[in-house]
Amino acid sequence: MIKFQGVHKWFKKLHVLNDVNLHVSPGEVLVICGPSGSGKSTLIRTINKLEPIDKGTLIIDGMDLSDPKTDINKLRAEIGFVFQQFNLYPHLSVLKNITLAPIKIRGLSRKDAEDVAMSLLERVGLADKVHSYPTQLSGGQQQRVAIARALAMKPKIMLFDEPTSALDPEMIGEVLLVMQNLASSGMTMIVVTHEMGFASEVSHRVAFMDYGIILEEAKPDEFFKNPKHDRAKQFLKEILSPMH
Amino acid sequence: MFKYQFDWTVVTSGQYAEWLLSGIKVTFELSLLSIVLSFFLGLLIAVMRMSHIAPIRWLAHGYLEFFRNTPLLVQIFFWYFGSYKILPKAFNDWLNNTNFEFAAAVIALTIYTSAFIAEDIRSGVRSIPKEQMEAARSSGFSYLRSMQYIILPQAIRLTIPPLINQFLNLTKNSSLAMTIGVMELTYQARQVESYTFKGFEAFTAATLIYVVISLIITGLVTLYSKKILSPMKAH
Ligand SMILES: Nc1ncnc2c1ncn2[C@@H]1O[C@H](COP(=O)(O)OP(=O)(O)OP(=O)(O)O)[C@@H](O)[C@H]1O
Ligand SMILES: [Mg+2]
Repeated sequence: MIKFQGVHKWFKKLHVLNDVNLHVSPGEVLVICGPSGSGKSTLIRTINKLEPIDKGTLIIDGMDLSDPKTDINKLRAEIGFVFQQFNLYPHLSVLKNITLAPIKIRGLSRKDAEDVAMSLLERVGLADKVHSYPTQLSGGQQQRVAIARALAMKPKIMLFDEPTSALDPEMIGEVLLVMQNLASSGMTMIVVTHEMGFASEVSHRVAFMDYGIILEEAKPDEFFKNPKHDRAKQFLKEILSPMH
Repeated sequence: MFKYQFDWTVVTSGQYAEWLLSGIKVTFELSLLSIVLSFFLGLLIAVMRMSHIAPIRWLAHGYLEFFRNTPLLVQIFFWYFGSYKILPKAFNDWLNNTNFEFAAAVIALTIYTSAFIAEDIRSGVRSIPKEQMEAARSSGFSYLRSMQYIILPQAIRLTIPPLINQFLNLTKNSSLAMTIGVMELTYQARQVESYTFKGFEAFTAATLIYVVISLIITGLVTLYSKKILSPMKAH
């Protein structure tokens, strides 16, 4: 479903992705972790070409991203992206945030799009917020709306870039729960996160990154019990320590 | 010192009041039509100015620099006296059959004001966080659709105060249309003065009417942005 082959990217002189090879199968949940600045956001953003790559091949759902014939807007419609800062549209109500793309891009009727939106809002526990505006919601609520907005396009892949990092601690659980349910429904997911509980209980595989290199890739229990790379050991020690 | 006899009846009743009234009507029509047209033209120029295609961007840039930096009065004279030399004949014929002075004034006010509006909208767009564009693009919207549905609606809300300013400038500038014979408010006040020699009354009345028109336009735009456009608080 997602295939990185020898992918490189530079920001000027900074080698931000260094020979990335990665394979994600349908229905798989991959967690990417690593220290700040290691290139996790850049990596996940290449998948829908928010960041173009400089070298290598990247094939998503059978389409080659560097092929000029690939319709990038069409591909993006199949990929849901959830941002750290939610990025809801502040001038639109929750309902309009969710129905805009399905109506304008998928060509759904307003009625059908609203039905989809309502059932998604129920699924994320926010049916009563349908007519609110983003600024009237808490961070956790906004992020759940953002997930519903992405799901309304019926995507084949969901990407999450630190979806809980901007949240107050008491709101992290509600967002992770929604993501966990999504994972068990069989969605293909790539999640950049430092939530090691989510990684160990929900994900199928963990990739550890540093300096733009994927240093280690393993099943979660293997990764947590027996990290191979020194940098990974160090990272886990820091992130799991009670002082953190 | 001569003693001036005030006579406010010249502007409150009779034929001269009717002249002023018809001047008010023309000023209103001229202003509102130019406001609407200059807004949409300004929007178009703003989008062109931010285009990824360099020649389109240059074209818009040239337009802005040219029309912002030449006196409005010259532009009005240009459209009135000079335009028939460059416009297609069919268009000139149509203009001649309509109210040519009025049309020339609308064209000049629209083009002149659109250049300022375009710059205001562009700075509104710049203040929208780039993540909004990213969110729109990652849902599959093209650049122009993202502008249309997500960026411009937010930018325009932020641009309302400077837009009101431009609309008021346009309304005041519309008095220059008298120079090509558009019978708007200033023109009519002038008429009243030359027939009655009651210049103080005539221009006091005109001044007050401009204030009222400005207040009405401010009110309409504010009402529109508060009631019709849905609420958006600061990010
Ligand atoms: N648009 C850009 N231009 C230049 N450098 C950039 C750009 N975006 C990111 N970088 C740099 O690339 C490196 C990797 O950034 P990236 O955001 O991918 O890291 P990250 O692993 O997501 O970090 P964090 O955990 O802090 O989110 C960083 O050094 C960052 O400063
Ligand atoms: Mg990041």
